[in-house]
Amino acid sequence: MRAVASFFTAALLLGGLAVVPALAQESPALPHEQWSWEGPFGTYNLADAQRGFQVYKDVCSNCHSMNNLHYRDLAGIGLSEEQIKAIAASVTVPQGLDDQGNPKDGPGTPASMFRAPFANPAAAKAALKVAPPDLSNIINAREGGPNYVYGILNGFTNPPPGFKLAEGSNYNEYFPGHQIAMPQPLHGGDVTFADGAPNSIPDEAHDVVTFLAWAADPNMVQRKQIGWRVVLFLVVMTGLTYAVKRKVWSDVEH
Amino acid sequence: MAGQLHDSDFKNPVIQWIDTRLPIFTMMQKEYAVFPTPKNFNYFWNFGAMAVVTLVIMIVTGILLAMNYQPNTELAFDSVQHIMRDVNYGWMLRYIHQNGASMFFIVTYIHMFRGLYYGSYKKPRELLWMIGVVILLLMMATAFMGYVLPWGQMSYWGATVITNLFSAFPIVGHGIVTWLWGGFSVDNPTLNRFFALHYLLPFVLVGVVGLHVAALHVTGSNNPLGIDVKSPQDTVPFHPYYTAKDSVGLCVFLLVWAIFVFFVPHALSDPNNAIPANPLQTPEDIVPEWYFLPFYAILRSIPNKLAGVCLMFGSILVLFVLPWLDTSPVRSARFRPIYRKIIWLLVVAVAGLGICGAHKPEGIWVPLSRICALYYYLHFLVILPLLGKLERPLPLPESISKAVLRPGGGPLPHGATAQPMEKA
Repeated sequence: MRAVASFFTAALLLGGLAVVPALAQESPALPHEQWSWEGPFGTYNLADAQRGFQVYKDVCSNCHSMNNLHYRDLAGIGLSEEQIKAIAASVTVPQGLDDQGNPKDGPGTPASMFRAPFANPAAAKAALKVAPPDLSNIINAREGGPNYVYGILNGFTNPPPGFKLAEGSNYNEYFPGHQIAMPQPLHGGDVTFADGAPNSIPDEAHDVVTFLAWAADPNMVQRKQIGWRVVLFLVVMTGLTYAVKRKVWSDVEH
Repeated sequence: MAGQLHDSDFKNPVIQWIDTRLPIFTMMQKEYAVFPTPKNFNYFWNFGAMAVVTLVIMIVTGILLAMNYQPNTELAFDSVQHIMRDVNYGWMLRYIHQNGASMFFIVTYIHMFRGLYYGSYKKPRELLWMIGVVILLLMMATAFMGYVLPWGQMSYWGATVITNLFSAFPIVGHGIVTWLWGGFSVDNPTLNRFFALHYLLPFVLVGVVGLHVAALHVTGSNNPLGIDVKSPQDTVPFHPYYTAKDSVGLCVFLLVWAIFVFFVPHALSDPNNAIPANPLQTPEDIVPEWYFLPFYAILRSIPNKLAGVCLMFGSILVLFVLPWLDTSPVRSARFRPIYRKIIWLLVVAVAGLGICGAHKPEGIWVPLSRICALYYYLHFLVILPLLGKLERPLPLPESISKAVLRPGGGPLPHGATAQPMEKA
């Protein structure tokens, strides 16, 4: 076991991690927001998700990719075909090779993957020291899910007196070890929403977390709808089979 | 030389034509329809049928998933995302399959507990039980390799830790690990072969389950009283009595499974596995899925790697010899006043190991997991052999039907039980 452990330690040191576990510094409990999609009947608030997409597009997407999403998927947060076409056409994405065999770029279409800010993780790391994680699944990929991401976005504060921040890191209340490579992304007023919705840090964070939650689990609404039918069917089936079983066994002493 | 055609009782001419040449209908009739089954099963006897249904569902969803999955380190993670997002109802297939692994283990563990509680492993069902332990081992191998396929962080690091266990063996250890990996680390060859084996082993399981059922149909089922069937009064035909009863349990089981799939599909999975595998970044704590936690806790409770590995594998291998470790001639715990209590201590020890396995091996968790692991072995290697000699069992009922007609006067037997006793 020791060999395995030392191997892990070596890998940890080599990894160039953003995480430096500071065991002395306990994180406060995550904020507990009310999310519209929680519970067996919950659905995404589409207006929140659309505003959240705007926050992602204008702020997050400068550093973070969302490689598992296509522009066509945005129909899931209620954008129309025209809106999706316009959004896709506004970005330049790689489009395979031209006739000469050279890489070709062009305007996106609804079938294009979300434009990535960097060609690959190595390029991202070269530019930013630490490669920002892909956000497609970020809500599923962190303990605490939406509350964690919401906490991080709201958690940038000045370090407590005596806290030594490492070069190039920032203080965040909710990040394990508190030293996060990401500089504070939201300052309030980063995005002006067409519907005039408030754009303080908590508001923007709430919207973008809603968008990210949808992005991580775009089939949730359909899943729960089918789920209710399956559950109702099985409840009825259980009752029926139990009645049949009672009838069948009624002539046996058991 | 002309063979003898089978003498078929079926009236339908097509069925009869087939049955005289290949008596599968006669076999089904004999083994599943009229098959005499003890009439006193409780709902614990549902879990074997549930496990078979789970195996079938896992194979069907697994084949459909394999049609869209890419066993390549560059593509695997994204191909699973593609299944979840773009394949029609791919999310449903994947959630059924992913949560199905947990359901399979829940059902199997309860099925095994049933066997322990009612002494189903005792003569003449020793081989039946041993085949069951083979099934458990195959299931574990299949589940482990399946967990690697999505190529998330836990997939990768779990595979690294578990395959590394073999390096504990002296001299040959490192050679075995390199051979398992197909290289010098968990990488593309590893993923590729795990996929091949994960596709193959379920069909091996089908074969071994076939042997398990075949052996069961030789000895017949045990029952909550643990006494032998003495006369036809003790039994009912499998159909419709147990097809009906199994269906009830099956519906409830599918209901539980569906609630996981449709409402809390991530409840049993580690968030780390939603992060693509990264060989340069180790997760803070590497933990297997819940169904491996007790074994993982045994492994981590021992400071010596080789001893830990041996005790971990030994915890399952000891089940192979269980029929000979338990010296009591009485099967059912109902008539074993002490065993009936201490079996729950075993359950507590295994559950305790599961909880310990979920925590880092530090502080209270180390002594706690050692105590539980010690008790686990104590139960099988010391308590069971001695208890059979020391314990005074309660008097066994004369027969299943006598026990069913509760003393103190129930309603008069009627129907199937009203027939006169026959000599078995």
